[in-house]
Amino acid sequence: MSSIDLLPPLLIAAPILAATLPIALGLWFDRAGWSVAAATTSGLFVGAVALANAVYGGERITHELGGYPREYGIELVADEFSMLIVLLVTAVAAGVLAFTRRGGPRGNTFYTAYLLLVAGLLGISLTGDVFNLFVFLEISSIATYALVASGDGPEAAVAALKYLILGTVAASMYLIGVAFVFMATGTLNMVELAGAIPEANTTLIRAGIAFMIVGFAVKVAQWPLHTWQPSAYQRAPDGVTPLIAALVSTASAYAFGRIIVTVLGVEYLAGTPNVAPIVLTIGCVSVLAGTVLAVIQTEVKRMLAYSSVSQFGLVIAAYGVVIAGESETALIGAAIHLVGHGVLKAGIFLAAALVATSYGARTVDEYAGLAKRRPFVAGSMAVLLLALVGVPPGVGFVGKWYIAVGAVESQLWPVAAVIFLSTMLTLAYAARLLEKMYFTPSAPADASRPGPAATDGGTADTDAAAAIRGAGAADPVSIGMIAVVVVAAVVAVALGFAGGTIADLLEPFLTEVFN
Amino acid sequence: MIELLTSHYLYVLTFVLLGLGIYMVIASENLVKKLIGVNLFQTAIFLFFVSMAYIDVDGASAPIVPHEGTPGEVMVASPLPQVIVLTAIVVGIALTAVGLALIIRIYSEYGTLREDTLREVRADE
Repeated sequence: MSSIDLLPPLLIAAPILAATLPIALGLWFDRAGWSVAAATTSGLFVGAVALANAVYGGERITHELGGYPREYGIELVADEFSMLIVLLVTAVAAGVLAFTRRGGPRGNTFYTAYLLLVAGLLGISLTGDVFNLFVFLEISSIATYALVASGDGPEAAVAALKYLILGTVAASMYLIGVAFVFMATGTLNMVELAGAIPEANTTLIRAGIAFMIVGFAVKVAQWPLHTWQPSAYQRAPDGVTPLIAALVSTASAYAFGRIIVTVLGVEYLAGTPNVAPIVLTIGCVSVLAGTVLAVIQTEVKRMLAYSSVSQFGLVIAAYGVVIAGESETALIGAAIHLVGHGVLKAGIFLAAALVATSYGARTVDEYAGLAKRRPFVAGSMAVLLLALVGVPPGVGFVGKWYIAVGAVESQLWPVAAVIFLSTMLTLAYAARLLEKMYFTPSAPADASRPGPAATDGGTADTDAAAAIRGAGAADPVSIGMIAVVVVAAVVAVALGFAGGTIADLLEPFLTEVFN
Repeated sequence: MIELLTSHYLYVLTFVLLGLGIYMVIASENLVKKLIGVNLFQTAIFLFFVSMAYIDVDGASAPIVPHEGTPGEVMVASPLPQVIVLTAIVVGIALTAVGLALIIRIYSEYGTLREDTLREVRADE
């Protein structure tokens, strides 16, 4: 069993060590980066599956780094909640590589940042120490700033700097919160804190909670602190946006949930005045504001970025329901929605990147007639968008369902209403894209209307469009790029059927938290 | 009130510094000064951590266990916050380096470091 105990530190250390290889090997080989990243992320995924197998088999796996006891050392913990995020991180990180092989960005330094980001995210998921969480938040953030800045053109640098300043202030806010909590309790370990906080000085703990909420609200991109997110998602290279959108805010939202349920404790927070209303308000306002802002966007990546604001609003609102109603159901909903949204956004952003690579289409209007030219991509994107709206059996439905049921059980009717309303509004922007793809004829097809072949909608049309755009030489889109989008769509639907299984897997964790 | 100030003046000072840092981030139009503001903000947090280790223990010295004497009986400040601050300083340096690299790129592209000018230049494009 000791070999399983070593997996959590290995999952974090391996990508950090492997991150040095692309630069070192780059001295001799031009394209070593992709191979190193692919081997590492595949290995990580296998390790994550092995670890998940043990955790869901009923073992709680902890590892004390350096052999120091957890009172003053750092402990890594793999439990039912964290393994969901670890699996998501490793799977998406391995999947996105299928796109970047041909879709770019290329270069060995890119893959170094990529592996550092994965290491940081795995660290956030596995750590059992509140200060260590700050360090991993910053490692993943620094890698993200570098990845965003590697986009084309100077706008990417501006977006990255904006993200850097806001992100650093946010992480520092969290650190102040940690300072207050540490001052009151004298420990940094999550389990030790959970025992010490109820007896500690309430003023210090409340000040700490306030700073932590603000810090995480920025990191998770909640309205009105979301301003870094749309420009960062939009300006990042096409191959990077899926990774960032699927994982970075998800890991922060997971960390927030971990702080709420494990460190502060649901019961303690429920007894603290104003916490539940504040968290609920942040979540619900973000849901509505994010969706409304998404509807008025013309740029596809920007629209999807605002959609992330609203989807994470749902997760934060679910945390509010957990605090206000001590609702297990809402916590299951939050966990499923975190994973589901990660898969969905990764898939949709990959599809958007694929369309941008092959046609240069970036606005909603330019998506006209996509279904004819790229039936698989358009089909997958349609499935993913509908799942995001919450059409069963997509995974978006399951998450929203659990959150809504939790809200109804706790008799928080406004929250239930917001979730229902958000589904309608999500349909508004998803439908715009679907309508363009399937029911609006593309502009080049209009130009070649005299040809009778246009009515067939077959290969002749596709060839003509390709010839017009001069894409005859080498197809910029590889089979792997299309395959990964299709796989994302299939996974999104399969996870929808697996909703009950995920809830069962989380059961031991929930009984521990709520008793 | 006065008594509180004299015994806890370090906390007051660190939070004044914290306020100065965040004000600089918000109010200054110069990107480099914004980054300096972020640094000031972080430094205030580091000082807060270090000072809290000393104030909690009256008359504590630096956490170095002397060669002679019983280690258990020596009053020292808690070493944990100081270790934390060391780590946080490293993180802060990395952030500053990335931030400055981005600012250099912005300057070479747009030829300005002022945010208002930058906004005008970008709006023209």
